[in-house]
Amino acid sequence: MQIRKIVPITLFIVLLCTPFAMRRLGAHKQESMSYGLSFRESSHAAGIDFKHVSPHLDPKLNHIMQQVASMGAAVSIVDFDKDGWDDIYVTNSGEGSKNALYRNMGNGTFRDVAEEVGLADVNQPGTGVSTGAVWGDYDNDGYEDVLIYKWGKPELYHNDAGKHFTRVTEQAGLPAWVNANTAIWLDYDNDGKLDLFLGGYYPENVDLWHLKNTKMMPDSFEYANNGGRKYLFHNLGNGKFEEVSEKMGIDSRRWALASVAADLRGTGYPDLFIANDYGVSELYFNDHGRGFREVGKQTGVGYAPKSGMTAAVGDVLNDGQFGIYVSNISEEGVLVQGNNLWMPKAGTGGDDIKYENMANAMGVELGGWSFGAQFGDLNNDGLMDLYVVNGNVSLDRNRTYWYDYSKVAGGNAAIISDAANWPPLNGRSLSGYQQKRVWMNDGAGQFREVSQLIGITDVYDGRSVALADFDNNGALDVVVANQNGPLLLYRNTVSPANKWIEFQLEGTRSNRSAIGAQVTLYWNAQRQVQEVSGGSGFCAQNQRRLHFGLGKTTQVDRVQIRWPSGKIQTLATPALNQIHKIEEPS
Amino acid sequence: MTPGMTATGAAALEASKPSTLARFFSIENRYLPPMLITLILLVGQVSFGLLESFPRTALAISASIVVELVLSRIVTGRFANLASAYISGISVGILCRSPEYWPFALCAAIAITSKYVIRWRGRHLWNPSNFAICAMLILAPEVFTTLSIQWGNNFWPMLVVWAVGALITWRVDRIHITGVYVASFVFFALLRGFITGHGFLAEVAPITGPMYQLFIFFMITDPRTTVRTKWGQCFVAFLIAIAEMILRLAQNIHAPYYALAIVGPIAIAGEIWWTSRKKPRVLATA
Repeated sequence: MQIRKIVPITLFIVLLCTPFAMRRLGAHKQESMSYGLSFRESSHAAGIDFKHVSPHLDPKLNHIMQQVASMGAAVSIVDFDKDGWDDIYVTNSGEGSKNALYRNMGNGTFRDVAEEVGLADVNQPGTGVSTGAVWGDYDNDGYEDVLIYKWGKPELYHNDAGKHFTRVTEQAGLPAWVNANTAIWLDYDNDGKLDLFLGGYYPENVDLWHLKNTKMMPDSFEYANNGGRKYLFHNLGNGKFEEVSEKMGIDSRRWALASVAADLRGTGYPDLFIANDYGVSELYFNDHGRGFREVGKQTGVGYAPKSGMTAAVGDVLNDGQFGIYVSNISEEGVLVQGNNLWMPKAGTGGDDIKYENMANAMGVELGGWSFGAQFGDLNNDGLMDLYVVNGNVSLDRNRTYWYDYSKVAGGNAAIISDAANWPPLNGRSLSGYQQKRVWMNDGAGQFREVSQLIGITDVYDGRSVALADFDNNGALDVVVANQNGPLLLYRNTVSPANKWIEFQLEGTRSNRSAIGAQVTLYWNAQRQVQEVSGGSGFCAQNQRRLHFGLGKTTQVDRVQIRWPSGKIQTLATPALNQIHKIEEPS
Repeated sequence: MTPGMTATGAAALEASKPSTLARFFSIENRYLPPMLITLILLVGQVSFGLLESFPRTALAISASIVVELVLSRIVTGRFANLASAYISGISVGILCRSPEYWPFALCAAIAITSKYVIRWRGRHLWNPSNFAICAMLILAPEVFTTLSIQWGNNFWPMLVVWAVGALITWRVDRIHITGVYVASFVFFALLRGFITGHGFLAEVAPITGPMYQLFIFFMITDPRTTVRTKWGQCFVAFLIAIAEMILRLAQNIHAPYYALAIVGPIAIAGEIWWTSRKKPRVLATA
């Protein structure tokens, strides 16, 4: 055969075989090895038997009810009674259903005390249903208060010395109705009083139980701008809040699903990142507490619209800079958005910081229909790992709604925005029964997925995930809230060869929760920075304490704490394998 | 003036010559489709960020051009005109969705290579981009899918593209293909609406999205994708719509691509066979 025939035919065959080669290459990355940790699901043994119930919205949405009512399972960690053991607050979303507050008894078991303290019966018909809760000591009395946000009326509860909670919504001046899917506490102006960001998903004039019409869906799958408004409540210090979003430059009607605040530029003030469904993410630079500037496009995170569902920050390269993780949708053969890991570009910083999406390069991109995600050092090797939950609607395993979903999602705004045009779900799944992802950081710029190897085997529709050291033994346990599913508690057993250290901060000049305080740990010629957070992930909040794994080191060189007040505190060679309680020096 | 031509004749010839503008917007201008598709790409990118990313699209175009240059040199002994390779590359850049880079290069390379390999009696049977996209959907579904949702789902950008696309396809004498396909799609959407019970708007929704605008103006109208007679082209467009309806009723998400991939080569092979059957007869008659 002549060369002019052989060459194209050979090339053609090689090209068609390339995907198989790429698949094998990817498979080789999954070699089995020990990661020094294992998880055991132990919710029932710990006294936790909680099952989330979805709401039943207006009958006009019956044909797509499970798809619309697919959020509301949320979990947040708090030590509400200051007994030194982290507790769990979990939301429910059925009309009349009850939220639970699992008090950590300190002996490996939990007891639901929500009813006793007044935080259970918060989903009464007519008030909406819970979609999440965030804890912060807004009045600096030493006890963590809680904002319960809803598709409905947001509620603020004051913590009365860990014994009871008093509803203070009206005094605080919160709005009558917000279809919120995200809220975080932050002290944006560093005045020592916690402020509150609240992000709407559906517009606030939509009562999902009493729809005027069915034109309440997003008007685009990727460029929707008809969602709920955003609120920034400035803490006035007398139990009242002033809504200042417009004045401070936050004006968006994208469909917010997650937010996180962290000082991304070393200014000492928290910047604000919002992950939006049906559109691009937004990044707001904080101009020293005087206002916010949206810089999504300037920094590179505001292009390539996807379906943002989580926002978490972590120093994944131990270089003192935060990467930002955003979860999206990936369904084989249908929609491969890929999750984003926004990493600061080398050589950029300050106001000129630029981000690039390194999720593919670092191996944390494909996570199914991903929802909540959190960074944490799960095996105490000194590197931030990543836990991602996923799965949208799990109904019939053998029938999928994807065809009908994609049929309408690609259509004109007039069609897509009207729920009446959406084909009925009819018991079909939409990215259901998905395998969770636990990505272990190898310290060389790569993550390896190990969920099945370390005992994470559930396939519930995961929504909210939070990390906490419930036993005060230096291992981060995992709590997962599943939509229409049980609350899971994964106990973590970590190799004792790896050391750890934890810091529990309390502000004095700064807000007492110390939200916004940054701790930088220096050891073994490396450093890792973490920031006390007022909420991260999807409708979640990790433990307030900062947990650092240290590997097999025998000593920490130093610890630097930068308090929100600006005060810098340095600790020399703190003891390992201990929880250090640090009060802000006056 | 041409030697031997009278002044009156020259003037008449001059008058009968198409204007520069008419020549630009004519079927002979092989650079018109690339220019139009580039314009749409730029407008789409500036207004809505249409592309997965500029580097990925550039990679697809580069891969397409490099493979075309290499293969044309090896197979024909000379470098091919790159207009066709450019269209294939840019189509891949717009229509493909993947978080990875390599699928863009691979898809573009498969598109061009298929032109040189899958041939019958001197003609290639598949639209190169369509073939490559179908191949990638089958071979690499975990990292590859197609554009389905872009351009804001708004009316005005769609109207502009439809107006410009219709003008161009009319000028290059392909509007009948687009017209028959659109009319067939709308009719079958009505039919599917009755069959599935989902209603007309749900079924007609896909054609209001941007992917279809590229499909109906650039893919099914490609001269190499369809047969040569006007009625034949209309019939093929109708058959594609039928095949797509069947695939849609089977809930195939990538129905238009597969419909074209099934009907296109059958139609072209049929035409080649029919033409080759007729030629000996003509010779015999002569």
